[in-house]
Amino acid sequence: MSDLYKTAVIGDSASVSGFASLGLSVFCETDADKITKLISRLAENGFGVIYITEPAAALVSDTIKKYRSRKLPSIVLIPAIEGNTGDGMRGVHEAVEKAVGSDILS
Amino acid sequence: MARLNVNPTRMELSSLKKKLASAQRGHKLLKDKRDELMRQFMNLIRENKQLRTEVEQGIAEANKYMAVAGSVMQREVLETALMLPKQEVELEVSEKNVMSVYIPVFSPKYRTGDTDDIYSYGTAFTSVDLDGAINALSEIFPKMIRLAEIEKSCQLMADEIEKTRRRVNALEHIMIPDYQETIRYITMKLSENERSTTTSLMKVKDMVLKQSHNFT
Repeated sequence: MSDLYKTAVIGDSASVSGFASLGLSVFCETDADKITKLISRLAENGFGVIYITEPAAALVSDTIKKYRSRKLPSIVLIPAIEGNTGDGMRGVHEAVEKAVGSDILS
Repeated sequence: MARLNVNPTRMELSSLKKKLASAQRGHKLLKDKRDELMRQFMNLIRENKQLRTEVEQGIAEANKYMAVAGSVMQREVLETALMLPKQEVELEVSEKNVMSVYIPVFSPKYRTGDTDDIYSYGTAFTSVDLDGAINALSEIFPKMIRLAEIEKSCQLMADEIEKTRRRVNALEHIMIPDYQETIRYITMKLSENERSTTTSLMKVKDMVLKQSHNFT
């Protein structure tokens, strides 16, 4: 299987607008309902990777969990312009905890 | 351990023995799978952690520039500058099979041949910090793609490890002991039946002898 997929960035405009120049599709949304709808629309329409800022992800954590066990899209948390909240790293630690039974990375 | 609810017959016994053998084989195979998955997962997760640290630093760097650019430029000018991107990126997704977990592999395809050709604006009306922000982002972007790939792999593998571990435990602590218990029960029941048949035969023989020869 080898198809072409697109890449999206979701978040507040100050944090994500720079990505547009790299050729990523940028979506400025800060409303939980709209982000939920947006994610499911992107997932169905050939987006392979969705980068989402940590504050935006915090609003829709249930939706993001739903896509965790799917092969695509890969939803990746990135820090927003206000700074790093540590949510992204927490996701890594959660994966370790799930696999090993306790968080052995520290 | 609970004994299975089966009739103590030879047929059940032989089918249970077969089931036990395949359960033990399955247990061994799943245990190997779990161990190998775990080994690969640990390698991946270390890379994941390091990569995430690097990407977060890179984006923080870019955001710093962006914050300055946003404060020295008008919002409209900034948005106009970024409105029509020159570059377009698409991901070619193939998949890799790691211990029957299908993990995605992303390879980016750029529309323009030159990956440095990213500035979608003239430099006359924009702040130099915007260049800095975009430059920092483009530097970190290959790592971001790798991070997306590896983070997804880790999530999928963590799911699979959890599933496999449950299966191994179910086989080890429930199914195999149950089968063993039931097999022992049937064997005992069958030999008990055999003994009871032998004794009743002896008894009948005694009675027959007694009748025909008047033995005491």
